[in-house]
Parts: sequence; C-alpha cells; structure tokens
Amino acid sequence: MIKKLMPYMSKYKKALGLAVMFAALEAVFELLIPLVMARIVDVGISTGDMSYTVMMGILMVVMALISLSFGLALSKYAAIAGQGLGAELREAEYRKIQTYSFKNIEKFSTASLITRLTTDVTAVQNAVTMGIKLLVRAPMMLICACILATLISPKLALIFLVSMPALICAIGFIIMKVRPKFEMMQKRIDQMNTTVQENLVGIRVVKAFVRAKKEKEKFKKSNDELRMASEGAFSIVVFSMPVMQLVMFASIIVILWNGGHFVYNGELTIGNLTSFVVYSNQILISLMMLAMALMMISRSIASIARIIEVLEEEVDIKNPEVSPILEVKDGEIEFRNVSFKYEEDGDQNNLENINLKIKAGQTIGIIGGTGSGKTSLVQLIPRLYDVTQGEVLVGGVNVKDYELETLRNAVAMVLQKNTLFSGSIRENLKWGNENATDEQIDKVCEASCANEFISRLPGGLEMDLGQGGVNVSGGQKQRLCIARALLKEPKVLILDDSTSAVDTATDAKIRAAFGKNLNGTTKIIIAQRVNSICEADQIIVLDDGKICAVGTHDELMIHSEIYRDVYNSQQEGAGFSE
Amino acid sequence: MSKEQQIKKTNKMKQTLGKLAGYLGKYKLILVLVACFIVVSSFSMVAGTYFLKIIINDYILLGDFAGLLKMLVILGSIYLAGAASAYIYSRLMVRVAQSTIQDIRTDLFNKMQQLSIAYFDRHTHGDLMSLYTNDIDNISEALNNSLTNIISSLLTFIGIIIMMVVLSPVLSLVTFVMLALMFGIIKMFGKKSKYYFGMQQQKMADVNGYIEEMIEGQKVVKVFCHEDQALEDFKGYNEALREASTGAQTYAGMMMPALGNLTHISYAITCCIGGLMTIAGAFDVGSLVSYLQYVRQVSQPIAQVSQQVNMILAALAGAERIFNVLEEEPEVDQGTVTLCKAEVDSKDCSKLTETDQYTGHWAWKMNDAQGTLKELRGDVQFKNVVFGYNEKKTILKGISLYAKPGQKIAFVGSTGAGKTTITNLINRFYEINSGTITYDGIDIKDIKKDDLRKSIGIVLQDTHLFTGTITENIRYGNLHATDEEVIAAAKLANAHSFIKHLPHGYDTVLTGDGEGLSQGQRQLLAIARAAVANPPVLIMDEATSSIDTRTEKLIAAGMDKLMEGRTVFVIAHRLSTIRNADAIMVLEQGEIIERGNHESLLEQKGRYYQLYTGKAQLH
Repeated sequence: MIKKLMPYMSKYKKALGLAVMFAALEAVFELLIPLVMARIVDVGISTGDMSYTVMMGILMVVMALISLSFGLALSKYAAIAGQGLGAELREAEYRKIQTYSFKNIEKFSTASLITRLTTDVTAVQNAVTMGIKLLVRAPMMLICACILATLISPKLALIFLVSMPALICAIGFIIMKVRPKFEMMQKRIDQMNTTVQENLVGIRVVKAFVRAKKEKEKFKKSNDELRMASEGAFSIVVFSMPVMQLVMFASIIVILWNGGHFVYNGELTIGNLTSFVVYSNQILISLMMLAMALMMISRSIASIARIIEVLEEEVDIKNPEVSPILEVKDGEIEFRNVSFKYEEDGDQNNLENINLKIKAGQTIGIIGGTGSGKTSLVQLIPRLYDVTQGEVLVGGVNVKDYELETLRNAVAMVLQKNTLFSGSIRENLKWGNENATDEQIDKVCEASCANEFISRLPGGLEMDLGQGGVNVSGGQKQRLCIARALLKEPKVLILDDSTSAVDTATDAKIRAAFGKNLNGTTKIIIAQRVNSICEADQIIVLDDGKICAVGTHDELMIHSEIYRDVYNSQQEGAGFSE
Repeated sequence: MSKEQQIKKTNKMKQTLGKLAGYLGKYKLILVLVACFIVVSSFSMVAGTYFLKIIINDYILLGDFAGLLKMLVILGSIYLAGAASAYIYSRLMVRVAQSTIQDIRTDLFNKMQQLSIAYFDRHTHGDLMSLYTNDIDNISEALNNSLTNIISSLLTFIGIIIMMVVLSPVLSLVTFVMLALMFGIIKMFGKKSKYYFGMQQQKMADVNGYIEEMIEGQKVVKVFCHEDQALEDFKGYNEALREASTGAQTYAGMMMPALGNLTHISYAITCCIGGLMTIAGAFDVGSLVSYLQYVRQVSQPIAQVSQQVNMILAALAGAERIFNVLEEEPEVDQGTVTLCKAEVDSKDCSKLTETDQYTGHWAWKMNDAQGTLKELRGDVQFKNVVFGYNEKKTILKGISLYAKPGQKIAFVGSTGAGKTTITNLINRFYEINSGTITYDGIDIKDIKKDDLRKSIGIVLQDTHLFTGTITENIRYGNLHATDEEVIAAAKLANAHSFIKHLPHGYDTVLTGDGEGLSQGQRQLLAIARAAVANPPVLIMDEATSSIDTRTEKLIAAGMDKLMEGRTVFVIAHRLSTIRNADAIMVLEQGEIIERGNHESLLEQKGRYYQLYTGKAQLH
C-alpha cells in the first residue's frame, strides 16, 4: 500500500533522503552525548581533573550545536517531503478526477471525493512528516542504545531480553484491543453527523412539523452512543502510558540492584551505571515511539487506501486510442439500436432499442414521464455515458471515435442540475468560450433573456455569483446556464429541462431566439410543458425507456395517446381563449 | 492589532474559559480527584530521581546491600504509586472529557432547534457542521490530553526546580539563565509557527473551498471540457497550501531539537561549574550526579507544554465559536394561546370542551382565567403586511388578504415576486416588519409557535427526507399515525405504487436525504407526509413542480380530497392546477396586483389573462 505512494514522492526524493539522513545523524548524536556525559562524571568530576572536565564540556557543547543543526535540518526536510507528498497526492487525485466519467463520479459520490481530496490527504502528509522522524529515529536509537548498553555491561544488558518483549506484548495487546473500539467510535461519529446534517438541511421541515422534540431525542441517542463508544476507546488508550512507566521503572530497579553489586565489585563505574539507566530508558521510550509511529501510520493507511482507490479507478470513458477524429462535421445525430443501463449488472435497461435520426439544424422535443429515460437518452450524445449496446453517431461518426474534447465542444448540454461557480457572471459565461468578446457575450445574454435581469443587478456582468451561484434565483441561474452553453457556438445544443424555473413567456422568448440565431445548430429540448416543444420539427415521446412515438405535434395528437394525455392535462381550462 | 482589540480578545478568551469551566464544574468532585492523582504522579517522578541520588551515594558506593534492598523497595513503591495514579487520573479524565463534550453537543443541538430560520439563512451548513466536527474535536482533544498534561508538567516543573534549589542554589542560577534562554526560543519559534499555522489554516480553507465547489460542479466541468483550466487553477491553490504548511511544519518541528540541545549545553556548563565546586569541596559527587539528572529532566515539561499550547488555543477558538451560537437569541415566541383537541357539544355547536381524544375538532385555548376555547376554523387574514429578509430590501409591500375557512387561495407570479415569502410568514418562519396576520381572529404573535405550526401542514418546494424507513418518513407528519393511516396517506398521494416497487416496500430505508428516489417521488412522499398530519390549514409550495403532468393528473383526485374542507394556500407554476381556486392572487414585486377567481380574472384581461395565454412579459 505504502509502496504505491512512492511515485508521488519522486519530486521530493532528495528532501526525503536528506530528512532520513539528518534523522539518523541526530539520533547518533543524541546517543553519543550521554557517553560524553558519563565520561565527564566518571573521569573529570570523580578524579577532580578540571581541565578534562572543561575539555569534555566544550566537546559536549560543540556536539550539541551540531546535533541542533541536524535537528533543524531534519525538521525542514521532513516538512518539505511530507507536505510535498501531500500536495502531489492532492494534485494527482484532482487530475485523475478530471478524467472521470459521470459514472465514476457517481460511484464515489461527491461528498466522498471531497473527503478523499481533503481530510485523507492531510492525514497522510502529516503522518509522513512525523513518521520520517519517528521511524528513523526510534529504531536507530533502539539499536544504538542496545549496542552501547551491551558495551558497558553485557551482563546487565540481559535485562533487555525481558523488558523489551514485555513492553512489546503489552503495547501490542493494547493496540489490538483499541482498534475495533476506534472503528466503532468512527461509526458513531458518522451517525451523529448524519443526524446533524439532516437537521440542517431539513430545518424547515422540522420546524413546520414541530418535531424539535423528536429530533432532540434522536440526537440524544446518537450522542449517548458516541460518548459510550469514545469512552470505551480512550479508556484503553490511557493504559499505554502507565504500562510503559511500569516496565521502565521495574527495569531501573533491577538495574540498580544488580548494577550496585557490579559497582561494588569494581566491574562497573558509577558513571557507567548512570549511563546504563539512561540507555535502558531510551530503549523503552524508543519502543514506545515506534509503537506510536506504527499506530499513526496504520491510522493513515485507511486514508491511503481511499486515496489509492481514487487514483486507480478505471476510467470507463477515454479518448480513442488510434487517431481520434478532431472535427465534428455537423449536428446530425443518429441512434442505432441503442440500449443503455447505468449498472452493468442491472437487470433492466434504462433505454431499450432506440433508433432515431435527427438532421442537422432540426429542433427536437423530448417528452415523457419521470424515469422514462429522457435524460439518459441525451447524455449519450456528448458521451457522458457509453451505450451498453448499439451506437450513437454525431455528424455521421460514432461518438466513440471522436476526441472527447472535440465532441463535447461541439455538443453543448445544459444539465438538469445547474451549477455556476464563484466569480463574476462574465467569468462564468466565459466557461463557454474563453476568448468571447463583449459583443458575443451580449448576444448570448439577449438570446437567453439573461440580459433582462443582469442589467438590474448591482455590477451587472461583473457581479460575483458566490459559491455555487447562490446570489441569483433559480430562474436566473437557468438563463445564465443557457447563455454559457450558447457561447460555445455548438453544433448540437441540448436543454435538459433547463427552463423549468423560467416563466412561460420568457421560455417562449428564449425559444424564439433559438429559431432566429441557431439555424445550423441541432436543438434538443427536454421539457415538462408541451408548450415548450410543440413547435419542434420532431417530438419524441418516451415511455419506460422506449420510444413510443415520434412525429410533429399535429401527428402525435392523432397517433399518440400518451402525448394527447399530457397535452390535455396541461391545456385544460385553456380553452377560454377560443 | 491595536491595544484595545488585544484587550477585547483577552476578555473574550477569559469569558470562553469561564464558560468552559462552567461545563467542567459539573464534574467538580472527579476533577478534584484528578488533581490529587496528578500531584501524586508528579511527586513520584521527582521523588524517584531524588531517591536515585541517595541510592547511589549512600548505598551503592558504600556497598550497603541490605539498605539498598530496602531503598529499592521504597523506590519501587514510589514508582508504582506514580504509575497507578497516572492511570487513574487519565481514566477519570476520559470520563470528564467525554461527558463534558457530550453536554456541549447536547446544548448545541438543542440550541440549534430553537434558532430562527433567518439564522440558518445567514449561516452555511458547512459552518454549522464544522462546529460539531472540528470545533468539538479540538475541545475533546484538549480535554483528553492537554489539560492533565499541562497540570502535571507544571507540577513536575515546580518540583524539579525546588529540588534543584535544595541541592544547589548556586548551580540553580546557571539553570535559570538557561531556562530564560529556552523561553526566549519558544517565544521566537512560537511566533513564527503561529504565523505559518494561521497561513496554513487559511490556505487550507481556500483549497477545501475550491475542491468542494468544483467537485460539486464536476459534471458541468466535464460538459464544458473545462478540466485543464480547473487543474491549472487548482495547482495554484495547492502550491500556496504546500508552501504555507511546509513552513508551519518546519517551525513546529524545530522546537524539540532546540530545547533538547539547549538542555545538553546547559548540562555541559553545569558539569564544569559543578566540577569546580566539587573540587573546591563545596559539593559532593552524588549530589552533582543527581542535579545533572534534574538538568536533563527540566526541559521535558517545558517541551510538553509548548506542544500543547497550539492545541489549547485551537480548542479555545472552537469553544468560542460554539458559545457564540449558544448565545444567539432563540426564535421569539411570546405567544400564549395554545392548541387543543376539542369536543363539540352535540346540542350546541358553539359549545366546546377540551379533550384528550382525537375528535377531528381543534380549538384555540386562550390564556385567560377561564381558559376560553375558540374553535379552530382556518380563517387567515393579512392586514398591510410589510416584510423584508433584511432591512435593505422590502419583499412584501403592504399585503392584505383574507382566506375564509375551507377556501383555496392560490398565489401566482414570477420568481421573486414574494409567493413563498407569504407562506413563510403564516407559520412564522420569519417575523413581519409591520402589519398583522391573524388566525381565526387571533394575532399569530399571540399563538404559541409550536401550536401554530402544528395547525398548519406544509409541503415545501424542496423535499427533505430523513434517514429511516419510508413509513417513518411519512409518519413524520403525525407520530401517532398507524401503519394503515400511513398507507392510506401514501395512496392518497399516489405514492403507494412506487413504494410497493421498492425492494423492501414501506420498510425501505432511505439514506442521504432520500438518495435514489427521483424528485417527483420525493414530492409524493412529502405530500403523503402532509396528508397524514391532517392539519386544518395546508400550504403547498410548488408541491407538484417535479411531478410530471401525467402523474399530476393521476394524483389530482387525491389532492382534491386532501384539500377538501381545509384552508389551503397553493403556489404553482402550472396555472392549470390552480384553476379551481376560490381566490387567485397575482403577485408582482411584493404587491398583489390582481385578485379574484379564475373566470373573473380572465374577464379582467389583466396580468393573469396575459400569463395564462403566455403573452405576459415577466422577469
């Protein structure tokens, strides 16, 4: 798992190498310094050799300064490497997501993708920054301290054979116990967050139905459960510190007892005994640090796994491998025996055996009930999804043979769920064409009837839309989205229920503008209102994923019962004008 | 920052600390115990080191092994007591921390339920959500670790200093100079790292904000082939974050080596001076050895505390945000009139008596001595109502209207004309600026909000569902509804047939605001939810906007039945659905410009006529 992260480290390999090196050097010095300390006590102070004491003292100051510079350098390079890796990972993920098809995005869900780009990456980068220090330092200190202690007194060193395994077992046991508890805690946190989130989103419902009491009870339950779960987890964690202290203190006592005898027998000096105690503590602390580092890494492994999942996701819609076609001839569209389903293993097709021919420049209306497959049908044209069977042709060429950008630049689609981005109106419109001139922008705003309200907004085209376009109303948003799409000067324009929040009169005006300005463009309009499509050259009536009738308004009024139904349901009472 | 601001900030922090202490106060006894055990644990650490000196000097060097054994037993007991009390206070603190956090969460959630809709309009969900996640986490972290850590570090520090002064007042002077140096360094690094951490926080917010917005709109990015541009923009934000966080981590990581090596230098100097003193006979070797032990240890508590400071500050900032919410004014509710079930006297229809049984009749109970009952009829009047969401912009400019019991009142007009606003005022989601709204002749300000809202059913423009089964979601309208009533409501709303087709029917669990259901299906559920509530007044705000016209026709009969005998306020885009309304109000820019029934409005040949024939020019 961690190996898979290595490629993203390549840019910061040098920093990583330096960080490891400085970490090792710092650890060496941290161990050498106590040796000098022992010499000062044993040789200098005990014998009263003042010149020796001063000399060693100066040596120690020098070593401390060197060790300090190593420490500072380590900190710097560890930060560069860790945060660098984080940045690389974030970018790699973001880059990968840009290649995702709609299907890939839906598989992960937006919220989960956001977490994987933010929280997960932060967890990994901080684990690396800390991890370099701990993972190099701790084993290094451990090994060196063992060696030095053994050099001082091999007999006393035997104690490590007991103390180290004891500590490892104890910590291993704690980690094993605590892990499921933390998982449980995370689950409870998620549950509580869901409750809060739902209350924030649905606060009007809660208030309208006067359900505050019920919600409070619901929250109390998840809150209680969360408290119990976290108390359960933390009550195990708090064992680790006293356990380490116990092992450490027990070792000291044993060392003092046996060491005391060695000192008495002249096998050991007092200074060495003190050093030995220091090394013993160092060994146990290093073990503890190692355990902590491993725990931190294992916590970030879940994050790493989630990031890797994003990076390794198979993108199902890609550019054709051999010589993609770079030009769309015209807006002619053909569906040949097209069947489609969202889930490969789903048992029901969302679209079934669709055959359809649309000439360039025609206006096509699509109508049908909820779930009849209107959106699915049009999404196949700019290849937002791939057909399950059959083929879709634009300009006489299979959509799979185009370079994706070519195809999508030629096919403009206004989605049902409109999104605008923070920035000015002008910046948002320019998504359609980066180099659009003021005249071009004015023209599309007029065609989409957006100019009517833009002129009344403070700042006009320069007004900031706020995150997700919160500063304009639904109908205004829809008109801006249409303008944005028009700016692409597409060969095919698809409006997926894009004027639902616009009043009928404006809707009619927009359609009139299409007729005037977009002669060569194929226009496909999905609508709930018959009025929006009754003038179309062809109207497609969809029902349950199948085309059940195609024709002009007059033809369908005669032949299609569904169409007649829909028409009548909307026209009732409209008969007054005759 | 000016001095005044600085003082204000300090005061605010004091207040926050005070409130936090208030929460902890509930666990006073446990906290006293915690403090005791911290003292024991810190004491044993210091005493342990002191005993080391005695053991080495007086026993090992002299070869007194019987004494040594005795001393080791004492040392062992001290250590054991230390470790045991460390465990006990940590464990107790877990209890205190988690319970405190739980209390704060409860208060926060309960407060949230009391806040006005206007408050939620002003604050994003993300901001409110982060109170429960980030801010609470930070407080929890601080209570779990930092608090005890700081206290024990402080105690250890004091203990060590005392021991040092006792051992050698002269050498302590050297140590104090070094300590002053350490504090200086901490301050320097602290300043640097605070600056970078602040920057990191800001850049992180930028990146997260950008990611959130772009990923939400990822499909639009794809449709417009905007991927490369999006990546370019992202790189800019990402690079800025990398720089800031590298700085922050660098300075944060430098503190430890700096403190550690200063300790070493301090050690070396102490050795030299101590050595000289020993030679001069002013000190003994054993004391020097154990003094040196303290020199090694003294920087540890400092390092511990300096590491905790950032965490504590983060926790305090979080606590301040939470307490700010807790201090918000709750929704104003001075109403005293309550709603009660009533029984109509079989002989005298005007005579009502309060009852616990569901009778189909409701009454307003006045807050007077007799507790007068007034039958709930659903008579709603607006008199010169003026309203704006903020002071700058008035949305409704003097609306007057009268809905008689059982009437269907429809609002027509373009987006932004104020249709939804009017319905939001009836159940007092917002407070009006001037004018009055009366309900059965009672000013709605005099009616208890909960009771007012209980009497009004509402189907909102956006449907919100909760995690739970379909049945539970429908039952949200009336917690006492039986399964049969739920199914009947679903049938009325024509939701029954699609529910039956779901994998587990009525027991299908909905998650994520009804993910997987279409907008239309969700609206059908919302209608069923309102139906099961069976309220005397019903508000339908674009209740069928996402339902296709065929289905709409299918549920028409159900809707008619639902509206029967109730006062209903309807907002609809499709004029055909409101044709049979008793009164239609045509709104434009916050004013009613036409009113009447369908026929009379058509005869007027005014705005409604134009709208209906598609000739109107609306914005």
